[in-house]
Amino acid sequence: MSDRITPDDVVKVARLARLSLGDDELAVATSELRAMLEHFADIDALDLDDVEPMTHPVPIDNVMRNDVPAPTLDRDEVLAAAPDAADGRFQVPPIIGLED
Amino acid sequence: MSDIAPPTLDLRAATIAVRVRAGELSAAQVVDDYLAAIDAHETDVHAFNLVLTDEARARAAAVDDAVAAGDDVGPLAGVPVALKDNMCTRGVPTTCSSKILEGWRPPYDATIVDRLRDAGAVVIGKTNLDEFAMGSSTENSAFGRTNNPLDVTRVPGGSSGGSAASVAAGFAPLALGSDTGGSIRQPAALCGVVGVKPTYGAVSRLGLVAFASSLDQIGPFAHDVADAALVLEAISGHDPGDSTSIDQGPLELTTVLEHGVDGMRIGRITDLPEGADPDVVERVDQAFAALADAGATIIDVSVPAFGYGLTAYYLIAPAEASSNLARYDGVRFGMRAEAPDTNAMYIATRTEGFGAEVKRRIMLGTYALSAGYYDAYYGRALKVRRRIAQDFAAAYAQVDALVMPASPSVAFRAGDKTADPMSMYLCDTYTIPANLTGEPAMSVPFGTGADGLPVGVQIITPALHDARMFQVAAELERRAPAS
Amino acid sequence: MHPVASLAVVTDTTTADHAAPWEHEGYEMVVGLEVHVELDTATKLFSASPHRFGDEPNTNIDPVTLGLPGALPVLNRAAVEQAMRLGMALNCTIQRSTFARKNYFYPDMPKAYQISQYDEPICVDGWLDIADGSRIEIERAHLEEDTGKSTHVGGAGGRIHGSEHSLIDFNRAGIPLVEIVSRPDMRSPEQAREYVSELRAILIAVGASDAKMEEGSMRVDANVSVRRPGAELGTRCEIKNLNSVRSVGRAIDYEARRQVAMLDVGDAVRQETRHWDENDGRTHTLRSKEDADDYRYFLEPDLVVVDPDAAWIDSVRASLPMLPAARRQQLAAAVGMEPDSEAVRVVVDRGQDNYVLAVGAADGDAARAIVHVKEAYAEAGDVPPVPAGDLAELTKMETAGEITATQAKEILTVLVDNDGGDPRAIAADKGFEAMDTSELEAMVDAAIEAQPDAWAKFCAGEKKAAGALVGAVMKASKGQADGKAVNILLNQKRTQ
Repeated sequence: MSDRITPDDVVKVARLARLSLGDDELAVATSELRAMLEHFADIDALDLDDVEPMTHPVPIDNVMRNDVPAPTLDRDEVLAAAPDAADGRFQVPPIIGLED
Repeated sequence: MSDIAPPTLDLRAATIAVRVRAGELSAAQVVDDYLAAIDAHETDVHAFNLVLTDEARARAAAVDDAVAAGDDVGPLAGVPVALKDNMCTRGVPTTCSSKILEGWRPPYDATIVDRLRDAGAVVIGKTNLDEFAMGSSTENSAFGRTNNPLDVTRVPGGSSGGSAASVAAGFAPLALGSDTGGSIRQPAALCGVVGVKPTYGAVSRLGLVAFASSLDQIGPFAHDVADAALVLEAISGHDPGDSTSIDQGPLELTTVLEHGVDGMRIGRITDLPEGADPDVVERVDQAFAALADAGATIIDVSVPAFGYGLTAYYLIAPAEASSNLARYDGVRFGMRAEAPDTNAMYIATRTEGFGAEVKRRIMLGTYALSAGYYDAYYGRALKVRRRIAQDFAAAYAQVDALVMPASPSVAFRAGDKTADPMSMYLCDTYTIPANLTGEPAMSVPFGTGADGLPVGVQIITPALHDARMFQVAAELERRAPAS
Repeated sequence: MHPVASLAVVTDTTTADHAAPWEHEGYEMVVGLEVHVELDTATKLFSASPHRFGDEPNTNIDPVTLGLPGALPVLNRAAVEQAMRLGMALNCTIQRSTFARKNYFYPDMPKAYQISQYDEPICVDGWLDIADGSRIEIERAHLEEDTGKSTHVGGAGGRIHGSEHSLIDFNRAGIPLVEIVSRPDMRSPEQAREYVSELRAILIAVGASDAKMEEGSMRVDANVSVRRPGAELGTRCEIKNLNSVRSVGRAIDYEARRQVAMLDVGDAVRQETRHWDENDGRTHTLRSKEDADDYRYFLEPDLVVVDPDAAWIDSVRASLPMLPAARRQQLAAAVGMEPDSEAVRVVVDRGQDNYVLAVGAADGDAARAIVHVKEAYAEAGDVPPVPAGDLAELTKMETAGEITATQAKEILTVLVDNDGGDPRAIAADKGFEAMDTSELEAMVDAAIEAQPDAWAKFCAGEKKAAGALVGAVMKASKGQADGKAVNILLNQKRTQ
């Protein structure tokens, strides 16, 4: 973690997150993230070779439900809350610039 | 002087419920009294994003009708409850204090909303928070900050600042918040009320707008430990709709409140990170003395990895958040910015809709998960999490509970920490580990510190031992200094 | 000028010999297939919305399906069981598994992440034997949720290009899928086609999916690369939009030739995803892998580990039906044919093998029965209406020589048209009688006498000359003579 985060890294990350940054914002974001990552470098010192990652605080397993249909949402209520809709569907501008 | 007068309604939630059920007190009267308090002082506090005047009155009337009909209206009959505005309330705006969800009405209720209703409670309003629960002062709200009712130039803490303030200001006897890194306990400490984060999985997260899924928990704010126990009993218990919910019935807490701490072993962590102000340290020391007086043994323990919790949290939480917040894309609900194509629409919507702190954390989290960096950041943080849990487990071999500060300082002034994000993050130093481990933790008011502002003492116990934690809390409450 | 443009459109390779390996300009192809299968369940993978087709858009939706704030996934037990069945049928090990988030933005992806399985899939290390005897290894099979469907308005042919806007239907979002990933063990388009066909038969047999490529309940992507035999693996391209078994073969053949053509002129193959166009018979660039999103996989915190215990695994295993390969073995043994013979394959494919066995069990001739079933039962389904006993009777009459082959077919038609009947009664109705052997021989002698030229040619070795003689006998017997018996007699007389 002694690598510093570069403006290029921040641009890439912003792109992945679908956020845009002006030049000033890019500089600020880079320095802020850099400062944080420097602080976070403290965990580099730990010896964690024998430690398993912990993703869940409590060990539960095999939570499943029966394959039985339940009531669905009312389409009108849902589409009324949508930014744009037509023909019972959600409407979006042309889908370009994204993966298929 | 900008201080708010103490709550005019002195009744505890438990008392209200008993009297409403007995027909001695009308729910309508209760809700009107609280609405009047809100009316009088809300402009100074700004605890709420939305006060549900009509809905609350209607619900209160329904409770009164049920009582008249001889129905059992539940353990929270007629009690007004304020809900943090990141809990879905059907047909009622749920904004997470973000522009991107401004005006959004969920088509469903969170499980805890259903349970509150079943218990006879009356939801009185949706409270302000740091946007998407990211913050420690409620200054990150897109709709303006909340002021600490005890001193309106100061913050109430965060992210559940509105809920904490609503109880402290006497706007409701109970409130619910969410705690991911301390967002219930820290504001509780700063506002001088009780705040509880139960064992992870004890309360359903279904309908809680996710910030960091493996850390988020819903919990209560109340004036006293008994009220907090009452509402937690009503909302806890297995929910098949939440796969991370523990397969157990509701927590049983009220029965242990009078048991005291005689014979219990209370841990004082010797390698706790520094940073707590002297006034806070002094009160915590007094708390240990009080518990010793009550028959507990104070034992020094080491939790060597405690201090690494901040780093682990600020890699794990933003990583999960970066994924949880990706759904805010303008397609199906919420704000949408005009754009010529979908990709541009995503970018414009999210750039305009999210505030600075949210964007900061999304970028940090995205970076921590990204190809080439996962192992060094997110992956490593998960190991640190395990190490911290192991250290806590080792400590519990020697003690039954741990006591420490909730917040490093009393309520700070608005604007004090907004220039430097790291300085704000340090507010969570003592609260974070219990989120990482999933253990229950709560803050209990214990005297005052600088400028007469309240100090909160934090108690942590092993997972599923919430009752034991309440047992210690009740004792501390009994022995809290008068001021 | 890039030589690819001059590449001939590939002709149909269905008639190619199974056993011949694919080879072009000294290169061999290396193919792996990723098959997505829609599981047959009543509800979605992570929510209880109905799993149904053809409903009005956005009527099978719930907070989880739409990715609404606060929604949480809950795993469908039936989907897990289907994945186990499917995995066992493919000889996989069923293991403890976890779910992961695959993060990317697309309007039909409601959460902007897909819940899938990454590090620990539910099924690993299986295999599937195909018709030419090869074993294709299966690396893994895992559960994941499907996306919604988008339609594009205003562009040519409903494509995104030039569209004014798009409309999203989330009915399909959240439907359970299993992705089956083979190892790159295939070496020809035929092998790929056989793999897909056999996989399909297995999926249907265990009831995991109806696996209809045309309807999208089975989707095949092919990873194709080429190399000189013995060399390291070449750069591969992923081919999408394969909507039939035939397309799989055609597209793979085209793509391999395309890559060879590039390598032959010193160009490097670029790793990319390509789209197969059925109409022009070519693959086209869809996107280059360099532009691909970083999916930032991490363990799904809203779900817990799935660790089926031995009791569950055993009960699933015990509930598996006999698989197509075993059924072919069984039928082949009963009828005296090879397991990969066309009759055996077709009859098992249709699910009519038990019927043929039942004919044998009713003392009928299973070998004759399978021929009849193959030819006459195309529409009969897996529970043919004609009682097995009736067909058994028919075959007994044939074996005993009581009727000719032609007569048997006529009787069979009546049986099929009437969902059964008494073959002897039908024969009597039609006036079919067994022809006496001496009567037949007399007619044969008469035909030889009447056509000495044809007889001479036949004796000289012209087999075709027999036709005129047989025809004469058939005419004389008014069609009652058994053509085979006539030929046997002719041959006997020739050698006398």
